[in-house]
Amino acid sequence: MNQLGFPIISLVAFFPIFGVLILMLIDKKAEDTLRGTAMVFALIEFFISLPLLFSFQNGIAGMQFVERYNWIKSAGLSYYVGIDGISLWIVMLTTFLTPICVLCSWTYIQKRVKEFMICLLLLETAMLGALVSLDLILFYVFWELMLIPMYLLIGVWGGDNRIYAAVKFFIYTAAGSVFMLLSIFYLYYLNYKTTGVFTFDLLELYKLNIPVSVQFWLCTAFFVSFAIKVPMFPLHTWLPDAHVQAPTAGSVILAGVLLKMGTYGFMRFAIPLFPYATKQFTPVIATLAVIGIIYGALVALIQPDMKKLVAYSSVSHLGYVMLGIFAFNMQGVEGGLYQMLNHGISTGALFLIVGMLYERRHTRMIKDFGGIARVMPIYATFFMIATLSSIAVPGTNGFVGEFMILVGAFRSLPVYAIFATSGAILGALYMLWMYQRVMFQPLDKEENKVLKDLNLREIVTLLPLAVLVFVMGFFPGYFLRKMDASCEYFLKNYQQKVAFYEKGLEDGTSRIETVLEENNLRRTLD
Amino acid sequence: MFDYIWLVPVFPAIGVLINGLLGRRIEAVSKHLIHWIACGMIALSFTVTCVIFYQLLQLPGDQRFYQVTCLDWIQSGVLQTYIAYQIDPLSMMMAMFVIGIGFLIHIYSIGYMWEDEGRYYRFFVYLNLFMFSMINLILANNYLLMFLGWEGVGLCSYLLIGFWFDDEANAIAGKKAFITNRVGDFAFLIGMFLLFTGLGEHGVWSLQFSEVFTHVHYLSQSQATMICLLFFIGCTAKSAQIPLYVWLPDAMAGPTPVSALIHAATMVTSGVYMISRSNVLFSMSPFAMGVVATVGALTAIFAASIGLVQNDIKKVLAYSTVSQLGYMFLGLGVGAFAAGMFHVLTHAFFKALLFLGSGAVIHSMHHAYHKVHCHDDPQDMRNMGGLKAKTPITFWTFLIATLAISGIPGFSGFFSKDEILWQAWSSPQGSWILWLIGAVAAGMTAFYMFRLVFMTFFNECRAGEACEHIHESPPSMTGPLCVLAFLAAVGGYLGVPHALGGSNLFHQFLEPVMGLGDGKLLHDATQAASHGVEHAAQAAGHLMHAAAGHVAEAAGHAAEGAEHGGESMFMEYLLMVVSVALACFGILIAYIFYIRKREIPAALAEKYSFIHRLLLNKWYVDELYDLVIISPLRGFAYFLWRGVDVGVVDYIVNGVARVVGWGSSVVRYIQSGYVQSYAVSVVFGTVVLLAYYFLKAL
Repeated sequence: MNQLGFPIISLVAFFPIFGVLILMLIDKKAEDTLRGTAMVFALIEFFISLPLLFSFQNGIAGMQFVERYNWIKSAGLSYYVGIDGISLWIVMLTTFLTPICVLCSWTYIQKRVKEFMICLLLLETAMLGALVSLDLILFYVFWELMLIPMYLLIGVWGGDNRIYAAVKFFIYTAAGSVFMLLSIFYLYYLNYKTTGVFTFDLLELYKLNIPVSVQFWLCTAFFVSFAIKVPMFPLHTWLPDAHVQAPTAGSVILAGVLLKMGTYGFMRFAIPLFPYATKQFTPVIATLAVIGIIYGALVALIQPDMKKLVAYSSVSHLGYVMLGIFAFNMQGVEGGLYQMLNHGISTGALFLIVGMLYERRHTRMIKDFGGIARVMPIYATFFMIATLSSIAVPGTNGFVGEFMILVGAFRSLPVYAIFATSGAILGALYMLWMYQRVMFQPLDKEENKVLKDLNLREIVTLLPLAVLVFVMGFFPGYFLRKMDASCEYFLKNYQQKVAFYEKGLEDGTSRIETVLEENNLRRTLD
Repeated sequence: MFDYIWLVPVFPAIGVLINGLLGRRIEAVSKHLIHWIACGMIALSFTVTCVIFYQLLQLPGDQRFYQVTCLDWIQSGVLQTYIAYQIDPLSMMMAMFVIGIGFLIHIYSIGYMWEDEGRYYRFFVYLNLFMFSMINLILANNYLLMFLGWEGVGLCSYLLIGFWFDDEANAIAGKKAFITNRVGDFAFLIGMFLLFTGLGEHGVWSLQFSEVFTHVHYLSQSQATMICLLFFIGCTAKSAQIPLYVWLPDAMAGPTPVSALIHAATMVTSGVYMISRSNVLFSMSPFAMGVVATVGALTAIFAASIGLVQNDIKKVLAYSTVSQLGYMFLGLGVGAFAAGMFHVLTHAFFKALLFLGSGAVIHSMHHAYHKVHCHDDPQDMRNMGGLKAKTPITFWTFLIATLAISGIPGFSGFFSKDEILWQAWSSPQGSWILWLIGAVAAGMTAFYMFRLVFMTFFNECRAGEACEHIHESPPSMTGPLCVLAFLAAVGGYLGVPHALGGSNLFHQFLEPVMGLGDGKLLHDATQAASHGVEHAAQAAGHLMHAAAGHVAEAAGHAAEGAEHGGESMFMEYLLMVVSVALACFGILIAYIFYIRKREIPAALAEKYSFIHRLLLNKWYVDELYDLVIISPLRGFAYFLWRGVDVGVVDYIVNGVARVVGWGSSVVRYIQSGYVQSYAVSVVFGTVVLLAYYFLKAL
C-alpha cells in the first residue's frame, strides 16, 4: 500500500502537533527558546517530508503512500489519506514555507511568541491534513480547522483593523463551507441510495452517477465554497483586508498555501465529482477568471499600500490558475498547478519583502518610500527577483506557469486567453511602478536614509525562494514530470465522464430515475 | 561539430554569477578585477563564436545549418520546447557582430563608468546579463527561447536605463521602456499561440524555426497574415517603430555605453533579425509585408523630422536610430531581407561609433564642468562647439561615422542604405512613394547629422570657463572608437552591389537562409495564393527547397539580374546619384545654417514657430498617449477600486452582515431575561394553540 513501508503521510501531517506539545511545555518568557524550538520542528518537518518527494513514483496516476483505517465504521467514516501528482507539490510547498514563516517572524512578532508559534504549527497540520485527505469528512474537518489558527493569526497579531479583517475572513470562508458540508451529506445520501453503502470515501464517490439536475446544485455549493477561498472575483474582498492586517507570516501562509486550497479543491473535489455540471459552468468560471486577472491587476495599479497591491495581484494570479484548470488540457492544468507553486513562491517572497520594510519603517505606504535601493542594495536585488517572477519574465518560474496556462487556454478558450494575456502588460505596469516609487527615485526622506540592509537571518529567509525562482524557471521538467500521470488521469476521467453524461442526455435519460437505473454503467468508468 | 555552442551564452552567465554574487566584495578589493571578469567572459564568448564562424565557413553553403539541443525546457503533453541553439549564416553573422561590438563596448565602459563608486560591478553585471540574453535571442532555434532573450534584453534595458535611478526621470524612462516592450511582447506571445493553433494539428509543438518553416504552408493566408502582423507589433516595440517607438528617445537616460550597445547597435535591431529569421513566414503574407514596409518608411521620415530640431546630442542620435531602423523595416517589407540585415550590420558599426563618440564628448564636457563646478547640461549641443581641436580622435572617428550614416559613397552606410532604396523602388513590393520617402529621409539624416557635427565640433567653444578643461578621453574609450571607425569605413565592402562591380558577398553568405526572400518567394506565394491553397503549399515547399540553400542558384540570379540589361542598371545608377545628391544638399544646408549664417535657424524657428514647437515636442505623441491611454486607464482602475470593490462588492458583503446584525438586534428583545415576559409568552402561546384546535374541532 505504501512504497516506504511506514505511515509517512501521517508522520508528516501530525509531526507539527508534536512540536505544539513541546512548545506548550516551554516557559512563555523564554522567547528565543520558543522561536528556536519552533524553527527546529519546522525544519525537521520539512526534512521528513522530503522522502515523499524522492520516493514518489512519476508514472503512477493514482494515490501513493496510501493509509487507511476505519474511523466510525457504521457511518462509513475512515481515516484515509494519500498523495498524488496534484497534491504532492502543494504539500511540499507547505512544509517548505513554514520554516520560512517562523524565520521571518523572529523579530517581527514580539508579543505572545509562544501562542504565535503554536498557531503556526497547528496551521501547518491543518493544511497538510486537508491536502492529503481522501475522505470527505476528514477533509472537511481539516478544512475548517485551518480557519481557527488563521483567524487567530490575523485577529491577535494583526494590524490596527485586525478584528474586522479576521471576522470578515472567517465569516466569508465559513459561509462558503456550510454549503459544501450540505452537499457532502447529500452526496453521502445519494451514494447510499444508489449502492447501499455508507461511505465518505472520495474515490468511491468519484464513481457515483449524479443526476444532472442534482449535480448542478451540488456543484454550485462546492464551487462557491472553493471560489471564496481562491478567491475569485467577485468573492475576493476578504483577501485584501486579511492580507493587509495579517502579520507577515500570516500573509505568506495565506497567499502561499491557503489560497491554493481553493484551486486544489476544484481539482480534487468539485471537478471530478461533478464533471457534467463543471462543463456547463466552464464559461462562467473562465469569464470570472479573466475578469479576476484584469480587475485584480487594475485595482492593484492604484493601491497606495504595498501590501494591498500585492494582495490584489494575488487575485490576478489566481485568476490565471483558474483559467488554466478550466482549459481542460494538459498545458492548462499543469500550468495551473505550476502557477500555484509559483504564486506561493513569488507572492510569498513579496509579502516577506514588504514585511521586512514594514518592520524597519512601520509603514507600508508607497509614498513614504523612494530611493531605497540606494541604502538597501541586497534588499533591492531580492525585491527585483520577486518582481520578475511575479510579472513572469522568461527564465523565472512565473513565465513557465503563465505560458503553459495561456497555451492551454488558447487551445480551448482562445478569446479568453487573449484577454488574459493582456494581464501580462498590466502586471508589469503595477509591479514596476511600485518598484520604481519604492526603490528608485531620489532618496529624499530622512527616515529612509538610515535604513539598514538585510541581516543574515533575512537573507537566509529569502534566499531559498530566490533560488527556486530560477531553478523552476529553467528546469521545470523535474516538477512537471511528477504531475504528468495524475494530470493526464484527471483529464481523461473528466472527458470520459462528460462524454458519458452527454450520451445519457442524448438517449433521453436525463431524468433522475433513469440515470440511477443505469448504475451498472458506472463501474465501467474506472 | 558545434556541440560546444552552449559555451557562447554560458560565459556571460558565469560573469553575471561571479560579479552578481560577489561583486561588492570584489569591488572592495580591486575594481580592476570586476572588469577583467566581465570583459574576459565576453572575450571568451567571442573567441568561441569566431571558431564556430570559421568552422561554418569551411562548410559548403548548403550544409551551413546545425542545431544543438542543450536542455529540455517547458514540456507538457504535446507541448515540447527545448533550450536549443541553431548555427546558420544568419545567426552566426548576428552573433559575430553583436558579441564583437559588445566586447568593444565593455572595454569602453571601463573608462566611462570608472568613477561610478559602489555601482561599478552592478553595471557590468547588467551588461553581461544583456549579452547572455542577446546571445540567446540570436542563437535560439525556436521562438520560445528567442522570446526568453527578447524579454531578457528588455529587462536589461530597463535596468540599465534606470541605472542612475536617483533621478526620477531615469527611473520613469526605464519603466516606460519595459512597459512599452511588454505591449509588443503581448503581441509576440499571441503570435506564438496562433502558431500553435495553426500548426499544432500537424504536429508542430516545438516552435522550432526549422519545423515551423517546413510546415508553414499548412497555415491559411489569413492565419499567416495575423501571425506576421502580431510578430511585427512585437518588433515595433523592440525596434522602436511607429506606434511603439516612444520609449527609445527616453531611453537615452541610461549611461552612454548602454545607449550604444543596447539602444543602437544590438537590441533594437532584434526586431529586424526576427523578421529576417521568419522570412518564410512573412513571405506568405504580402499584406503583412506591405504593412512592414509602410510602417518602416513612415517611421524613417517621421523620426528624422524630429531629429532636425533636437538640441540634446543623444536625443538626436536616438531619433536617428529610430529613423534608421525604419529603413531596415522598409527593406524587409519590400522583400529585401538580406539588404535589411546588411543595414543592421553597417548601422551597428556607425551608430555604435556615433554613440560612443557622443559619450566621449559628454564625458569630456562633464569633466570640464565638474572642474569648474558648473551645473550646465553636458549633453546640450548649445553648450558645446569647437571640440575639434580639443578632442581630435573623437572628432575624426565621429566624422567617419557621420559620413557613413549620411550615405556618402565609399563609406559603409552608402552601400546598405542605397541597396534598400533601390529595392524599395524596384522590387515587386516596392513603389516610387516608398523610395521617395526613403530618399527624403536620407537627405534629412545628412542634415541633422552634420548639424550635430557642426554644433559640437566646429565654431567657438560655448562652455564658458570650462572650455579650457575639455580634453580627450582615456585610451580605453578612444581604442574602441578607432576600431569601430575602421569598421564603419570599410564594413560596406562586404556587400558591394553588382551594379558597382562587386560580388555582394554578404548576400551570398545569407542566401541559404534568405533564399526565399528578396522578392522571389513573395512573388511565388502571392501568385500561388490566388490559385488556391494547394498551389500555395507547393510554392512554399518550393521555397523551402530554396531555403536549403543553393549558392549556385543565387549566382544564377545574379547573372539573370545582369541580363536584365542596361535599363534597370541605368535606373539604379540614377537613383543612387539622386540620393547622394539629396544627402549632399542636406550637408550643404547644415553648413550654411550652422557655420556660415548662424542666425538663420533662429529666424526660421520664429517664423514657423508652430512647426518648430511641434517638432521640438516630438509631435506631442507622448502627451497624446497619456491623454488617450494612460490617464483613462488609471481613472478606470480607480473607479474599479473605489466604485466596484469598495462601493459595490464590499457594500453588499457588509450590508448582509448589517442586515443580519439588525435582525438579531430586533429578535434579541424576545430574550429579555425576565421570567414574567417568558411566562406571558407561554400563556399567550397556549391560548393560541388551544384556540387553533378549538376552531379546528368546530
